[in-house]
Amino acid sequence: MNPALQGLITIVLGVGGCLAYFWLSNQFLDRVLFPARGPNPGRNINRANMVRPWLFLFPAIFALGLYLAYPVFETLRLSLTSRSAGGAFVGLENYMRMGREPKFWEAMRNNMLWLVVVPAVSTAFGLLAAQLTDRIRWGNVAKSIVFMPMAISFVGASVIFKLIYDTRAAGQDQIGVLNAIWLAFDGGPGSFIFLRLVPALILLAFAAFMVYGIYLALRPLVWGESLSGKATWWTFPLRVVVAFAALWLLWLSLHSIYSVFTATLPYGQPQTWLTIPFWNNFFLMAVLIWIQTGFAMVIISAALRGIPEETVEAAIIDGANPFDVFFKIKVPQIMGTIVVVWTTITLVVLKVFDIVYAMTNGQWETQVLANYMYDKLFRANDWGVGSASAIVIMILVTPILIWNVYNARKEMR
Amino acid sequence: MATLKLTKVTKAYGNIEILHGIDLDIESGEFIVFVGPSGCGKSTLLRTIAGLEQITSGTLEIDGVVVNDIPPSQRGIAMVFQSYALYPHMTVYDNMAFGMRLARKSRQEIDERVKYAANILQLTPYLDRLPKALSGGQRQRVAIGRAICRNPKVFLFDEPLSNLDAALRVATRIEIAKLHESMPDTTMIYVTHDQVEAMTLADRIVVLRSGVIEQVGSPMELYDRPDNIFVAGFIGSPAMNMVPCTFEQSGGEVRARPENHEPVRIPVQIPAGAVGGKGTLGVRPEHLRLADGAEPLFRGRLDIVEHLGELTLLYVDCGFAEPIIAKLEGNVRIERGSEIALAARTGMLHVFDADGRSFPRQEQPLAAE
Amino acid sequence: MSSIAGTKSGLMWAVHISVALLVALWIFPTVGLFVSSFRTADQIAASGWWASLFPQEQNLVLRTADPSKQAQEGDLYVISGNLFADNNEPAAGISAWGVSSRAISDYEPGETADMGDDGRITIEQNGDYRLENDVAFEGRRGERIFVTATTPPKFTLENYEHVLLSGSTTDSMAKAFFNTLTVTIPATVIPIVIAAFAAYALAWMRFPGRALLIAAVVALLVVPLQLALIPLLRLHLGIGIGKGYLGVWLAHTGFGLPLAIYLLRNYMVGLPRDIIENAKVDGATDFQIFTRIVLPLSMPALASFAIFQFLWTWNDLLVAKVFLIDATGETTVMTNQIVELLGTRGGNWEILATAAFVSIAVPLVVFFAMQRYLVRGLLAGSVK
Repeated sequence: MNPALQGLITIVLGVGGCLAYFWLSNQFLDRVLFPARGPNPGRNINRANMVRPWLFLFPAIFALGLYLAYPVFETLRLSLTSRSAGGAFVGLENYMRMGREPKFWEAMRNNMLWLVVVPAVSTAFGLLAAQLTDRIRWGNVAKSIVFMPMAISFVGASVIFKLIYDTRAAGQDQIGVLNAIWLAFDGGPGSFIFLRLVPALILLAFAAFMVYGIYLALRPLVWGESLSGKATWWTFPLRVVVAFAALWLLWLSLHSIYSVFTATLPYGQPQTWLTIPFWNNFFLMAVLIWIQTGFAMVIISAALRGIPEETVEAAIIDGANPFDVFFKIKVPQIMGTIVVVWTTITLVVLKVFDIVYAMTNGQWETQVLANYMYDKLFRANDWGVGSASAIVIMILVTPILIWNVYNARKEMR
Repeated sequence: MATLKLTKVTKAYGNIEILHGIDLDIESGEFIVFVGPSGCGKSTLLRTIAGLEQITSGTLEIDGVVVNDIPPSQRGIAMVFQSYALYPHMTVYDNMAFGMRLARKSRQEIDERVKYAANILQLTPYLDRLPKALSGGQRQRVAIGRAICRNPKVFLFDEPLSNLDAALRVATRIEIAKLHESMPDTTMIYVTHDQVEAMTLADRIVVLRSGVIEQVGSPMELYDRPDNIFVAGFIGSPAMNMVPCTFEQSGGEVRARPENHEPVRIPVQIPAGAVGGKGTLGVRPEHLRLADGAEPLFRGRLDIVEHLGELTLLYVDCGFAEPIIAKLEGNVRIERGSEIALAARTGMLHVFDADGRSFPRQEQPLAAE
Repeated sequence: MSSIAGTKSGLMWAVHISVALLVALWIFPTVGLFVSSFRTADQIAASGWWASLFPQEQNLVLRTADPSKQAQEGDLYVISGNLFADNNEPAAGISAWGVSSRAISDYEPGETADMGDDGRITIEQNGDYRLENDVAFEGRRGERIFVTATTPPKFTLENYEHVLLSGSTTDSMAKAFFNTLTVTIPATVIPIVIAAFAAYALAWMRFPGRALLIAAVVALLVVPLQLALIPLLRLHLGIGIGKGYLGVWLAHTGFGLPLAIYLLRNYMVGLPRDIIENAKVDGATDFQIFTRIVLPLSMPALASFAIFQFLWTWNDLLVAKVFLIDATGETTVMTNQIVELLGTRGGNWEILATAAFVSIAVPLVVFFAMQRYLVRGLLAGSVK
């Protein structure tokens, strides 16, 4: 039948059915099962009230159990079976097979890259945008515009950015903005400034930031100053890990500064941006950053509003300039929110499928796990390896899951 | 040295003027209290002195230097906020050291000054704690300690005791008074709506209403010689009894006649033009006593008696809009509904003209009887 | 902060400029798509969309009408007409013109050029010309005029017509639009009903295991839905629902429940306890309290989730591909249609841009109309 009609009927049946279920079950409970009369009305009412929450919860628990809880275990089970062997249990063979595929490791590497870059950049931009738009008159309009990409589908955003990255043959007018800008560079002083000097400065600033990060992470351990607040058993190894990560990034950025100045750039030739190995990942990431910055900005903006104004005023009286106020007073006070934003965006990054699927479909070494899984599942029809890759995604997500549940329980006390 | 001079200081937000041309001279080392009802502009005035608000017009001088456009941290001031405004993510030590660290002072100097301030305020055992692990009174002391560490010329207090409970308020009030004694060269400006704090702490009180200074003077000056009805009613609790009166010639002099009562002698000089006109007669509850044969000032029926142990409050209905309140020492046994006559010494009467301003006195007020 | 004494106004200017740059950068991509959807294929191929917003300049060589069209007015022989019309060129505005190939911008519109024996010619800005001579014109061809023409920005609606009304199976978005609507609305409405009851139980009822269930909901929020695809598809196929609307509705309901319960519970917990306890004292049952007090008061949270879920299901691709779209191509949603277009019509930006914009138009409208609720939903539980 006409799907619209079908939809309408479903809504009516669905909503009506649910309401009928709730009302009827409550009636049943209160009138038939534990009526408030007879020899023990009080006891009956108590019993009814003990059962009632489960009536309210039943449909939700059923749906959640079926659609989210059961699949976790089933996927785990499926990842241990093989389709070609008719569904027989094959142990870890799927995982081993997956581990032998170079595409899988490419996807893992890329996902790590996405995980490091996208949440950090989105949160940083969101923080910047939130602070800048905080006090100005047209702040709300500006925030709306930055937030707007969140309403656009990933596929729509992919189309938008494909237009930006579009390439025409050399000699024709470029219709993609990025190539149009690229062709304006010709190796002269402008090119030097924008393509070598500015990136080098940015990398230098980043390197300096990494040095500061190492200093912050290691200072309490080396100089033995009092740790403010409580120090738990995992703070020490965490600091060491963070310091090493920062050291690695520092090395990367210094190396990049060197290559920024020595690389020969193909001036005047339009580039097919999405095919350039390694850098095409960043062009894909730009789409997600464009979308998620608004999300980060909205949440951080609300947190900034919650900072007591007087702590800022006290800092001003103490002699803090706007940068001091921002980094030493405001950011520490909203650190909890920043972490929430960071973890939420991390979750989105791990699940991102549409962007890579629509723009490159994993070619030119841009594959990511979610797309890899889809590929295995629906193109190769290999549910064993497909499930295995889904489980890998689940494993990557688990630390955040534990952290969120831990925080939720802490709050409930 | 820390003198302040405000000349025609005005503060407006857009079209709304909050402060209308404040003129004030503050000596070095004074303890000045800004007091007034909600919305009178006392906090705005304090924040303007701090530099947290820009002065719309007029000048503010600290030690002779015009500081209108100088940022707060360079004015030589420190401020204690009503909500303490401690940095929640820093320990007590770091809170107090923050300003000095920003100014790049040496670690040794910072350590010395923080420990010194902690010592004065008995905060030494709490230096490593975060603010959320402290009680309200302790947090307030940290806020004061942070201000001390700035070594300011002028201390600014913005209703610092409002968030504390009654007992703590009294204790902290005494600590602030002692602090002032230990720093004779530091000027302190204190904002409060509580006139008890004003009376006990101040060298001079500035009474503000609707952005205008009503009167400046020492506590006793404001008590004995209020310039107008507002100040008279603001200082003292319960407030001064105010009754409408007319001025008439009687017995060879100008006397004031409260409505429906006999004319009474007054200790002020009424200009000729005011004779025959209206005014207000005021007398504080603590200066009224039972007439007991003397010339009664007011007569009426006793409505309510309140026994507080150390004193008794009588609410007497004398035919005026409000009952006359008398504050008598000790426990006075008296029946409700009985006819009461109240008297007061002439020197204790306050007389105000039709505009609410007080007439100048002829003689010195006698010390409280 | 600007009211603090001593702040330099330069700082405020830097802030305003930075925000302006940020906003320009963020809106630039979408504007590009929007503008492109109004251009023809030729225009798109010829120049970048940013240039199309400004009048474009062209240098043309046009001829006046030939001498056979001359007319006699008294002593003068006159040829007149419109340069563009006479040469079958689209109308444009003339910014400069000349009569010699070495001096193509000698004259401005409205001026008269004296060509000696060949006559005098006056050309207006819209291309109207008047060629006069004292003697009759000879020859077979008209005068050559060099013209610098500026064409105003030109836009067209034909792309939208094609995408929405043409009915072509590959390009048309109309069917996909209604399909998407059909998927979205039930998938938004049904989770709300189920989640509202569950949220109320988790917020205001006491029972053992409540904390555990709440923790489970928080955990399920994190579980990636990739995990659920394979087992659920097999389940649907196994019990006979197959791929279709029912399947995708059920799937979206299941996947949307954790967020719904989380949002609604957070909000319900914040409702004033007094009202509910008052109602209990008055003798209301839990069911009545829920329907008469809690549910009406929770409307903002319900609106927030509804918008979230609406945007999420409208923009979704993966769930639709797995549970709805089969090989027949009968059922499709707009996101899928766009992916197809990227493959088949990847070079036809005029179609692609228009189709993409049609698919994002509804979410944008919903976003701008209900932004407040969307923001409120985001903030629930996120601000620590």
